[in-house]
Amino acid sequence: MEHGSFQDQTASTFSLADEDHTLANSVRFTLNQDPRVTFCGYSIPHPADARVNIRVQTTGDPASEVLKDACQDLMLVCQHVRSTFDQAVADLKRRKLLQPWTLTIKEITGLIISLSRVSFEN
Amino acid sequence: MPKVPIWDLPDVPKGELPPHIELQRTRVLCNPDAPTHTENIQYSGAYASMGVDNSLRLDHFRENFKVEVIRLTEDDMEFDLIGIDASLANAFRRILISEIPTMAIEKVLIANNTSVVQDEVLSHRLGLIPIKVDPRLFDYMSENDVPNEKNTIVFKLHIRCERGGPRLTVKSDELKWLPNGSEFLLATENSTSNSTSKPKTYTSFRCSQDSLQEFSNNPIAPKHPDIIISKLGPGQEIELEAHAVKGMGKTHAKWSPVATAWYRMLPEVVLLQEVKDEKAVELEKKCRVKVFDIEDVGNGKTRATVARPRACTLCRECIQEEGWDKYVALRRVKDHFIFTIESTGALPPEVLFTEAVKILEDKCERLITELS
Repeated sequence: MEHGSFQDQTASTFSLADEDHTLANSVRFTLNQDPRVTFCGYSIPHPADARVNIRVQTTGDPASEVLKDACQDLMLVCQHVRSTFDQAVADLKRRKLLQPWTLTIKEITGLIISLSRVSFEN
Repeated sequence: MPKVPIWDLPDVPKGELPPHIELQRTRVLCNPDAPTHTENIQYSGAYASMGVDNSLRLDHFRENFKVEVIRLTEDDMEFDLIGIDASLANAFRRILISEIPTMAIEKVLIANNTSVVQDEVLSHRLGLIPIKVDPRLFDYMSENDVPNEKNTIVFKLHIRCERGGPRLTVKSDELKWLPNGSEFLLATENSTSNSTSKPKTYTSFRCSQDSLQEFSNNPIAPKHPDIIISKLGPGQEIELEAHAVKGMGKTHAKWSPVATAWYRMLPEVVLLQEVKDEKAVELEKKCRVKVFDIEDVGNGKTRATVARPRACTLCRECIQEEGWDKYVALRRVKDHFIFTIESTGALPPEVLFTEAVKILEDKCERLITELS
């Protein structure tokens, strides 16, 4: 739901139902980095209502377009995060598969400590 | 007066920030009294006067963003997210805790409970038991849905402590999966009218969950077989059916797929000047988590080095004493997050994180379609 005037489309408040800080703060982050934005911020009018208001004021473009672009940017960022993460996990799994006998330093020190404890007890 | 080219004058913008502002932008300074420069500067034109563009550049993000997996086990993982803003790291954390669905026991039909644990307490305990099943194979059950094989998992618990025997501890492995649905008959007035058809129960499964290939050789069960549900004295008995449905952590924490998920910014410990000999020993002793090591530099001289900055808890004990902040600086790197996920067992932690990112993407997509 958008609240704004028909004459001036450069400033609007968007009221999103069933959303919270998770989306609003992320969108605010991408909005703030858009050079067309002069002001943006969000608020949760009442903590018991699942609703956020996002305010966008721009230098000239329609606020809804700028917000849409911000979402698009956020999606691209997410896609990149996901592919990089999947790649990192796949790399780790492959390395573990190649060298199943390699132990981490923590495991080695743990082994040494337990061995020395055994010899000490004997 | 010698001629100096205009570009060599110290106040000409060079497209990069002066070192002290760069430090304030990328680090939280942990001073003895309080941390400073904790905010993230997000506004695109924040450094316009210095010729630095602070707008979101996706190619720049793609070049700098890195993930390093530190530890990955069956149900917990630790990884570094490098080059990302706190707002996004926090969004992922919030989604992990409260918006990834899992299956948990929601309805408990108690036929008999003579144990000392009251019905409602018993039901609550059952609800908190993590169930090892992929929630993506199930649908949500809305208010006027009938429980069927796509939205409900039924468990049976029937245990009795015999008289004259020892007391009995009921553990979660007593929950037996019923792939054909509920076995409790629904009481209806005209139960005699059509005796040929299958008797009505509390669920209406069209087929056995056993026959679905996902579960045929991987029966559904609680993740841990040794969670204590109740204790029975001689003669006491529990007979019940537990119906698990799909839900989200924001409704009730029993549906949260993580024991917890958290992140911290990478600590950075810097020695501003060399710390030698007795002072080095003193510094090494100050630190409880052994961030510093003592290094031999020859001629019987020693100096302190920062060996394990990741272990630093930013307790600031090393700079609390007068004058020590001249030697040691404690900082946090603002765009480096050490992220830890502890899964409860429904999904492995690496899958949970990708699911969380997907959920944020879905939210964006929904907002875009709502706007257009």
